Amino acid sequence: MELYTIIFYFFTVITLGSTCIVVFSRNIVRAAFALLFAFFGVAGIYIFLLADFIAVTQLLIYVGGIMVLILFSVMLTSHQINVDAKTGVIQTLPAILISACIGGGLVWVFWITDWKVNSQLPIVETTAPKIGEMLLTKYLLPFEVASVILLVALIGAAMIARREKKV
Amino acid sequence: MQDLINFLQHPGLTHFLILSGLLFSFGIFAILTRRNAIMVLMGVELVLNAANINFVAFSRYVTTSLDGHVVAIFVIILAAAEAAIALAIILNIYQNFNTVNVDEINKLKD
Repeated sequence: MELYTIIFYFFTVITLGSTCIVVFSRNIVRAAFALLFAFFGVAGIYIFLLADFIAVTQLLIYVGGIMVLILFSVMLTSHQINVDAKTGVIQTLPAILISACIGGGLVWVFWITDWKVNSQLPIVETTAPKIGEMLLTKYLLPFEVASVILLVALIGAAMIARREKKV
Repeated sequence: MQDLINFLQHPGLTHFLILSGLLFSFGIFAILTRRNAIMVLMGVELVLNAANINFVAFSRYVTTSLDGHVVAIFVIILAAAEAAIALAIILNIYQNFNTVNVDEINKLKD
């Protein structure tokens, strides 16, 4: 058992374990904090895939941004935090069937397919300069569109969440 | 059995793909079963993360280019925008209906 393998399974167990808590916990605050650890585990998986920039972006945006948003809205929308923080489930049996079919099908396809794996390891270097170069050459248009989308989302979220003036 | 042990001992492309497949189905399960709209949003985030792992894994193991990384960055950007808008909508719904349970919100207007 190599160290690489052990650390890989460590991050896998963190990710899948906290995802299980997110999905099955009935306490929404606990689910939100478990989602934090799931995002951490995914960031570790990115480091395993030699994607250092994506891993840091994941930590900054998901853990630093989206989790804070989610926690804020959990706190703002559960009126008595001790009583109503629990959240029920609906349609459990059909949902188990559907998601088991999707998950089983995906795993089966991933298992039987003979992937054309590139055997040579890419030269390990930091990916950030290359990604920055690609963002400003090959992917310039999507990059600009993404910035406009972020601006629109910012203004739209502020507009929607603002309290209406009492007339 | 020996094959399976050998497979488990050498993490490769298939391991990451299976991990993302499991993450994806957990996310679908959360979207389908949860009544709280914020929990549905958490399920969506899990699904997006699963797709991102696939992009980065194929970028690492199949091609040597970094196109998958760039796509993953765009997915993260869109996830941030989507989370902000969705949570604003959820807060607004909470002010109007006093609940965030998706099966009780069935009116566009009072």
